[in-house]
Amino acid sequence: MTTAAPARPALRHRLAERGIDRVLLLLVPGLLVTACLFLYPFLYGLQLSFAPRQGGVFANYARFFGDPYLRDTIWTTLGIALPATFINVLASIPIAYVLRGRVRGKRLLTTILVVPITLGTVLTAQGLIMYGGQSGWLNKVLTVLGITDEPLPLIHNYTGVLLSLVITGFPFSFLLTLSYLSGIDPSLEKAAATLGANWTQRFRRITLPLLAPGLAITFCLSFVMAFSVFPSAQLVGDPANETRVISIAAYHAAFEEYDYSMGSAVAMIMAVLMLIVIGLVMAWRGTLYRGATGGKG
Amino acid sequence: MTGWVARPGRWVVWAVVAFFFVNLAGVVLSVVVDSFGVQWFGTWLPDGFTTHWYADAWREFGLSDVLLTTAIVALVVIAVSVAVGVPAAYALARRKFPGKRLVMLLFVLPILIPPITYGIPLATVLYKFHLAGSMTGVILANLVPSVPFVVLTMTPFIEQIDPKIEAAARMSGARTLSVFTRILGPLLLPGILAASILVLVRTVGMFELTFLTAGPDSTTLVVALYNSVFAAGIRANQSVDAMATIYTGSMVLLLVVALRFVNPTQLVTRIREET
Repeated sequence: MTTAAPARPALRHRLAERGIDRVLLLLVPGLLVTACLFLYPFLYGLQLSFAPRQGGVFANYARFFGDPYLRDTIWTTLGIALPATFINVLASIPIAYVLRGRVRGKRLLTTILVVPITLGTVLTAQGLIMYGGQSGWLNKVLTVLGITDEPLPLIHNYTGVLLSLVITGFPFSFLLTLSYLSGIDPSLEKAAATLGANWTQRFRRITLPLLAPGLAITFCLSFVMAFSVFPSAQLVGDPANETRVISIAAYHAAFEEYDYSMGSAVAMIMAVLMLIVIGLVMAWRGTLYRGATGGKG
Repeated sequence: MTGWVARPGRWVVWAVVAFFFVNLAGVVLSVVVDSFGVQWFGTWLPDGFTTHWYADAWREFGLSDVLLTTAIVALVVIAVSVAVGVPAAYALARRKFPGKRLVMLLFVLPILIPPITYGIPLATVLYKFHLAGSMTGVILANLVPSVPFVVLTMTPFIEQIDPKIEAAARMSGARTLSVFTRILGPLLLPGILAASILVLVRTVGMFELTFLTAGPDSTTLVVALYNSVFAAGIRANQSVDAMATIYTGSMVLLLVVALRFVNPTQLVTRIREET
């Protein structure tokens, strides 16, 4: 990968022409760290997943897909992560669109929108439990206003986890969308306006196509965050049934049953699922126009 | 700014944003108010206010140790990932070489794969080498997403520095090391600072990896917080809230400092801000 020992000057020059020279040695520490701490454990886990406690090579995988309690965690996870990601990405488009221009208090608003990134799952969970609980402020207000007769069940179920993922995930996808949107040259839209395109046409024909590649990235990164819902599914969810996501199953196998082999198998299934979703999104992105303005990243 | 009335869409957007903020404020305030409350059962506000939950939380959770651990872990992770990531970013920014896409993929994957997915095999490997449960284990685990993060954020920073400056330094006889320390270092400092602060925020907030690899003596703040919720039967809810408030307060502080140095949107795409 890096410099071959220069046997004769000509080889060294030939390599340098193709971009291989001593500068590439700078990559070595980074590659080593990533290889030792990411690649090696990952391959080790992959190998371990094929060495189950009992049964043949594929016993862990057979057990996972054979047991509905384990298999269904896939659908539970996707059923939480996909809607959360869609909500976050779709909601951030109009907000970023409005905030993109020169709006008064833009910096303040962006800051307020970014700060929830720091909330952390526990504060969000505690807050949701108190705010959205039976006697929390939200249900109190709703009852006082006569919108509901009895408190809405918002926590310790699916809704709770979804809300928690929106609170922690939205600022992140908003930030990404805003930056992709800001990267689109506003004069393009102005040109379209001069040609008589109205607001909807400008958005549909100019902005959206340029934004779409960035949105694909935003979708992927937000999905990664939502996909590993481990702490919030435990804290505001119903981790035994309705929100028993795949990461809980993986953790349970590895650190409660001490079956590292099974735990690794579930982790590998997670990675494959993750890569399938990202692969689909990126394949769709590949079909999009990537011009000079919105394509980077 | 023209035609506000003519654009009902804007009003809808602002209404949604306001609704989100109101509820978010409700979520956060519930925790903060409860952390100062004497007792709070079903009323609009607690029966009285006190600060003793903070003192309790500090003592019960051994927060001084936990904060020290968090600080050490974060600083070591920053130092290592900058030391390792910046040179790699430099090579990626300046050279095109066969296999570059593969190298990029290797750096992107740890960011694209959820921590818990590689965290479980990583923890298993760390257990094998008797590193799990120690501070070293926690640091190593946190390096996995941090090094690629520094590489990926620094690469565009370096790309925009004119290579002619380095060429000039080399012409004058500077060696690689002095090019780095005398020329690139000062130019890269804002970028390095921004990346460090973001690594800091990520490491302090990184729950899964630390949770999977930490032992009793190497717990960081997030994990201590999570554990305290899980032991909720024993602890008073208010002292958990006090700790959550401390945690979020320090994170907000870090982020606000970070935002002074870096425009968050510029991390993704480089934009010329119209001013």
